[in-house]
Amino acid sequence: MSTTRRLVVVGHGPTAHRLVETLADRGFDGTVTVFGEEPRPAYDRVALTSYLAGVSVEDLTYPVPDGVVVRLGGRIVGIDRENRTVATDGGHVEPYDVLVLATGSAPFVPPVPGRDLPGCFVYRTIDDLDAIREASREARAGVVIGGGLLGLEAADALRGLGLETHVIEMGDRLMPRQVDEGGGSVLRGHVEALGLTIHTSAGVSSIAAGPDGRVAALVKPDGDAIGAQVVVFSAGIRPRDELARQCGLEVGERGGIVVDEGMRTSDPHIYAVGECALAGGMVYGLVGPCFTQAEVAGDRILGGAATFEGADMSTKLKLLGVEVAQFGAMSGALDVTYMDPVAGVYKRLFISDDAKTLLGGVCVGDAGPYSTLRPFVGKPLPGAPSDLLFSGAGTSSVDLPDDAQVCSCNNVTKGKISAAIADKGLTDVAGIKACTRAGTTCGSCVPMLKQILVKSGVDVGKALCEHFTHSRAELYDIILVRGITTFSQLIAEHGTGRGCDICKPAVASILASLGHGHILDGEQAALQDTNDHFLANIQKNGTYSVVPRIPGGEITPDKLIVIGEVARDFGLYTKITGGQRIDLLGARVEQLPHIWRRLVDAGFESGHAYGKALRTVKSCVGSAWCRYGVQDSVGLAIALELRYRGLRSPHKLKSAVSGCARECAEARSKDFGVIATEQGWNLYVGGNGGFTPRHADLLAADLSTDELIQTIDRFLMFYIRTADRLQRTSAWVQSLEGGLGYLRSVIIEDSLGICADLDAQMRRHVTTYVDEWRTAIEDPDKLRRFVSFVNAPGVPDPSITFETERDQIKPVLIPLEAARR
Amino acid sequence: MTILNETAAPAGRLHWTPVCSYTDLLPERGAAVLVGAEQVALFRTFDGALYALGNLDPYSGAYVMSRGIVGTRNGEPTVASPMHKQVFSLATGACVDDPGVAVPTYAVRVTDGTVEVSVA
Repeated sequence: MSTTRRLVVVGHGPTAHRLVETLADRGFDGTVTVFGEEPRPAYDRVALTSYLAGVSVEDLTYPVPDGVVVRLGGRIVGIDRENRTVATDGGHVEPYDVLVLATGSAPFVPPVPGRDLPGCFVYRTIDDLDAIREASREARAGVVIGGGLLGLEAADALRGLGLETHVIEMGDRLMPRQVDEGGGSVLRGHVEALGLTIHTSAGVSSIAAGPDGRVAALVKPDGDAIGAQVVVFSAGIRPRDELARQCGLEVGERGGIVVDEGMRTSDPHIYAVGECALAGGMVYGLVGPCFTQAEVAGDRILGGAATFEGADMSTKLKLLGVEVAQFGAMSGALDVTYMDPVAGVYKRLFISDDAKTLLGGVCVGDAGPYSTLRPFVGKPLPGAPSDLLFSGAGTSSVDLPDDAQVCSCNNVTKGKISAAIADKGLTDVAGIKACTRAGTTCGSCVPMLKQILVKSGVDVGKALCEHFTHSRAELYDIILVRGITTFSQLIAEHGTGRGCDICKPAVASILASLGHGHILDGEQAALQDTNDHFLANIQKNGTYSVVPRIPGGEITPDKLIVIGEVARDFGLYTKITGGQRIDLLGARVEQLPHIWRRLVDAGFESGHAYGKALRTVKSCVGSAWCRYGVQDSVGLAIALELRYRGLRSPHKLKSAVSGCARECAEARSKDFGVIATEQGWNLYVGGNGGFTPRHADLLAADLSTDELIQTIDRFLMFYIRTADRLQRTSAWVQSLEGGLGYLRSVIIEDSLGICADLDAQMRRHVTTYVDEWRTAIEDPDKLRRFVSFVNAPGVPDPSITFETERDQIKPVLIPLEAARR
Repeated sequence: MTILNETAAPAGRLHWTPVCSYTDLLPERGAAVLVGAEQVALFRTFDGALYALGNLDPYSGAYVMSRGIVGTRNGEPTVASPMHKQVFSLATGACVDDPGVAVPTYAVRVTDGTVEVSVA
C-alpha cells in the first residue's frame, strides 16, 4: 500500500466525503482526520432545498466511514508546510503526511451598499437555510440576486416559504450558462407562471433599511425599488483558497488553488479537490466533476496514477417544476429547434456542418433528449435530428455504445452497467444502483437505467399490453410531452403491432384527458370501446342505456316529465340509479340520436355513464331544507358535477356531498367525498363501493369552497397523470409510496412543483368542455355510425326482442347453445 | 375449415352480395350488414384489408361482434367482443383465448369501390 500514514482533510462537504469514502472503500490503512467548519458532518448539498420541504438533516447527512475522525465546528487557520502541520482556531496542531484541501467555495456577495443588513443571506449551508426560514416568518416579499441555477433554487425556496418572490439577473435571460436565448424565454414563461417576478438585464444599486434597521427594499439602478424583507445573494461562487494563499501555494489569477492532473498542488504533499481547486484552468462547481476529482486524489494517495482530464459540464435538473438540461456545446454550424410555447417546451440540438456529428443540446420543459443523447456528443448522430428531439420520455430506439457515459455524477458507462446486469443477474434499478453507484447522486439517468434493463431482456413488468412496454402513466407523459394527438403516431413510434382492447381505450382516455377534441373525432373514434363509441352503455342483448346528467340529483318537474315522455315514446325501461339519476334502457343504436335530440332540446346533457369519466356527484338536501344541514350540499354538488363533467380519467369517478356529519349522501364511499362542517368542508379521497369497498380518507379539513375546489382539481389531475389503467382512486391512493402524506405534500404543499400545471390543465378542461351528445347530433359524420346495418339503415336488428315484466320491457335472450352452434 | 376453403375457391362459384361502399367502413373498426337473414360483421384493418365474420358473439348471444375493438395479437389481426372482451382472429374466426370456440368467416372482396360479401 501507500506510505501515507497520516492524512488530514480540510473541509467536510460532499467532495471531502467522497474522498474519504473512496479511501475507505479501497482499504487505505493510515489515519484520516477531517476538519469541518460547519457544526455538522458532510451532507448532500445538491438536495439542500429539500431541507426546507421537511427532509431532515439526518436524511441528508452522509455516513462517515469507520475509522475516520471528523472534527467539527472549528476552523483551520494555518498550514505549516515546513513541519507538515495544520493549526485550528482552538490552538490544536495536527500533523500530516498528506494534506487535502477541500475547502469548497463561498457565495460571491457583490459590493452593494446595504449588503450586510439583517435580512441579507447567502444560500449554501443548512445554517443559511435556517436563518432564511426564520427571517421569512415576518417577511412578505423576498429578492434573489442572481438568476442562475442556484439563484432559481433559492427562489424556489423563498416561494416555498410563502414569500412574494423576485429574481434579479444581470444577464438577458435566466440560467445564462445552461440555456440559450430561446430556452431562456421558455424557462421564464414557466417561472413567471408560478407567480415569480423576473427582472433580467437588471442590477442592484443598493439595499435600503427600514426604521427597524432591517432590509426593507432593494433599489435598482433606474431608481425603482422592490419592497422586500429578505434578500438572498446568489451571484456566483468564489473558491475558498485563503489558506492556500497564506501558506504560499500557487493560486490562479482569479482564485482557485492550482492543481495538476493528479489534483496535486504546487506542494507535493498537498492536494486540492472540489470547488476550491483550479484544474486545467477551471473551477468546477458541479458535483459530478468534483466527485471525480476526489476519486483521482484518492487514487494518487494510494499510489495510483489516475488523472483528472476535465469533465463533462452537462447538467440536467428540475427547478421550480421545470426540467432544464444542457449537454455538450451550446453552438454549432447547424441546429434543429423544436419549440412549443403552449406546452412550454424548447429543445435544440447543435450539429456539425456536415450534419453528421452531435455537438450538444439545450432542453427546457422536457429534458428527455438529455439522457439519450448526451452520450452521443462528439459521435455520429444516432438518428434523424427531428426524431431525436422527441425520443425523450419512455424507452427509445437509441442503442448506446458501451463506452457511453450513462451516469455522469459517478462516471459509470453503459458497458459497466450491462456487465453488472449480466454478471450479477440484476433485475431492477435498485440493484444497478447498489452495484455500480449509477443513479445514486442526481438520479437523472434512472430512466436510462430502466431502458438498459429492458434491452438486457429483463422484464420490468409494467407493460400495458403486448403493444406497449410502458405503463399508462408513462404513455401519458409521452403523449403530453411530445404533443402526440393520434394513436397511430404513438404506436408507430413507441409501440408494436396495431393495438388491442386494452391499450386503445387507455390511449383514447389519455387523449381525451389532454383535451384532444371530441372522442368520436377522426381516428379517435376507432379507439373507443363500444360504450364510448355509441355514447351509451351496452346491455346484455346488444341494446344500450341512456343516462342524462342530473347534476347533484336536482331536477325540475318539467324535466322529469320530459324524461318520462321520452321513455314512453321510445318504449324504454326506466329505473332510478344509485347515483340519483334515471337510467333509460333498451335503446337500439339507431334510436340513440333520436332519443338524444329530444333530451338535448329539453336542456339535458350526456351523463357520461358510458365513460371512464366523472359520473355523478350525489347530495343530500342540505341546509336549504334539512333542519340539521350546516352547508348547501346540493349547490356544491351541482357546482362540482358541472366542473368535472366530461373529465376522462383512468377509471370512473364518483362523488358525493353531505350537508352535515350525518353523511346522508354517503360521501365516504366515493372517489372524492365532501362533508360539511361548521367552518367549511372536509374532503375525503380514495373511497370505493363496488367490489372492494373502502371508506375514503380525510385529506384536508375545514376548507373554504375555493380551497376545496382547488384541492379536488389537483387531486383529480394528479390521479389522471399517474394512475394505472382502470385503477380506481382507492387503489391508486393506497399504491402511492408515502400514502396520504405524500399526496398532501404534492397537491397541497406543491412539493413536486407541478400544482400550477395541474391547475392549468383543469382550467383548460373546465373552459373547453362541450356536451358530447349535442356535438354528435349536430354532426352528420358522427351520426353515420348510429345504424344497426350499414346496408339497411332503417332496419332494426331483428334479433332484439322483448317480453313484459312488471309493466315494462325485458330482453329476450338467445340461448347460448344456439349461439355456439 | 370449410369456410376457408370457400374463400379460396374460384370467385365464380360464390354468390356475391354488394353491401356498402368501401369508404363506409372506418379504418380499424367494424360495421354490421344484413345479407338475407345473416348478420355479417365487416372489418377494415389498418392496412386496408377487409375481413368478414359472423356478427353473433358466441359468448353473450348478442349480435355485437361488429362493435368490438380491432387490433392485433402477435401480429395477427383480431377483434375483441365488446361484451366480455374475448378476442377472435379476423382471419380464421377462432377465439384466440379459447380455441374450442369460433365464429364463422365469410368471403369478402371490393369491386369498383363496392364491398361484396358471400355467405353462400
